[in-house]
Amino acid sequence: MSKLTQAVVMLLFGGAILRASFTDLYLRYVKEGLRPFLIGAGLLLVAAAVMTLWYSFRSPSTETDHDHHEPRVGWLLILPVLGLLLVAPPALGSYAASQAGSVTAQSPESDYPPLPEGSPVDVGLVDYASRALYDAGKSMENRDVRLTGFITTAPDGKPMLARMVLSCCAADGRPIKIGLTGRAPIDVPADTWVAVVGAYSPEKGKDPVNNVDVAYLEVKTWEEVPEPKQPYA
Amino acid sequence: MTRLQDIDWTASPSPPVDKKERKIGSLEVLAALLVLLVLFREQLAGLVDGARLQTWTTVFVSVLVQAAPFLVFGVALSAIIAVFVPRSFWAKALPKHPALAVPAAGLAGVALPGCECGSVPIAGSLIRRGVTPAAALAFLLAAPAINPIVLTATVIAFPGRPEMAVARGVASLFVAVLMGWLWLRLGKQEWIKLPHRPELDDLSKGRAFWAACRHDVMHAGGFLVIGAAAAATINVIVPESWLQSLADNAVLSVIALAVLAVLLSICSEADAFVAASLSQFSMTSRLVFLVVGPMVDLKLISMQAGVFGRRFAFRFAPATFVAALGIGTGVGAILL
Repeated sequence: MSKLTQAVVMLLFGGAILRASFTDLYLRYVKEGLRPFLIGAGLLLVAAAVMTLWYSFRSPSTETDHDHHEPRVGWLLILPVLGLLLVAPPALGSYAASQAGSVTAQSPESDYPPLPEGSPVDVGLVDYASRALYDAGKSMENRDVRLTGFITTAPDGKPMLARMVLSCCAADGRPIKIGLTGRAPIDVPADTWVAVVGAYSPEKGKDPVNNVDVAYLEVKTWEEVPEPKQPYA
Repeated sequence: MTRLQDIDWTASPSPPVDKKERKIGSLEVLAALLVLLVLFREQLAGLVDGARLQTWTTVFVSVLVQAAPFLVFGVALSAIIAVFVPRSFWAKALPKHPALAVPAAGLAGVALPGCECGSVPIAGSLIRRGVTPAAALAFLLAAPAINPIVLTATVIAFPGRPEMAVARGVASLFVAVLMGWLWLRLGKQEWIKLPHRPELDDLSKGRAFWAACRHDVMHAGGFLVIGAAAAATINVIVPESWLQSLADNAVLSVIALAVLAVLLSICSEADAFVAASLSQFSMTSRLVFLVVGPMVDLKLISMQAGVFGRRFAFRFAPATFVAALGIGTGVGAILL
């Protein structure tokens, strides 16, 4: 691999990272907080590429002496470029959710704060699960909540609402799963994004993958929604 | 496609002799490859259709996107060490006696906030600049595990159990120093085969710096790709339900999580959250997961083999694994 080729690969790699971080593409793979570092890394890669081009055009005499020492393994860097620019795989969905066990809902530090105003009120899946499991739904009495997530199929064939929780990147993504009773969306295919409106259900289940308690929601209505910009919880 | 071959991409003011004979260089191959990829883009996207392959691709890309900043900044820092920091600095900064330099270098790892992908090229640079390998290796092992960002993440991931972060820091530093001393006694210089790098002696510091950056990005980055592919494969093909059956046995659970840490190759800034979610396992086995992970995993083995040579990596990684497993279990038994 000549230095010029390496410069092109670095330019593509840096460019792919910059493109992903200036669109919402990067949110499919990593947390929002990484964005400034991605931009910095992308710029540094582009700078390294430009400087390599600059030096090799300015003094090409030193160019070929060590060409055969150049790392061949660098060819592999085309793969992430390919992944980011051409394939751009989707955010983790129901397949990943069915493979991994549900995250444990957070146990309360003190009493749960009352839900904000509004009916139905938007609640995150992890928040709902911890209010339902540790507080027996007391903070949600007589309230309609709206949860947004994608549909995944439980081992018994029933639909569940899920969302992936990232701590760093999609490699550590774990699902939070909520069981659905009442008028649950039965017929929609897995991976469909839905917003379900419902009320607290005292029903509880277990995630067979890791034996963690799963909260349930009594569904009143639901509708299909587009995938949110930030697909992870 | 025929057009591409007509253009002489290698044209330069004074084309070297061997280039003239070899018409198809890597740049032509790359150009042709890129054209083919763009032309067959639809088919390519179609290939990545099954849920399993799609998940694989997502995990693969995300490991690389997550690691890219750490790789690039680590590479830049290592290029600064290799080019701008004079050799005499390290002789002054570290204790003369190698046995004392090891713990000093291990503790210095506190100052490098990052994950393990960045520390491999940095350790390579340190050795190149005359730092005793034992000390550089202690730094390599300690830096990703005991820096403030990683320890803070561990405190957050285990709310109400700050002793987990303490145990992690103590155990990781122990392992790093022990491995450094072990290298002093048993290590052989010829196991470490640092590639010949003539460009680092370039008279122009600027040119040497960018050449070092380019080389390390291509080199360490390429091995990172191999590691990311391996980690994505494990992530997809090992169902978590297998782990469930191992969690109840005290001995098996420790070994299972140590092996899992190697296979999953999660960034050290994230692994605490994964450990926290493996709630069916004992605290000690989760501590072992956190100690082993930043020191030995698939992408690290791949990168170490690339930067230090295979003979080194295939001795160093298993020894580190055993040390981390043993010390992690011991510290867990005392502190947790």
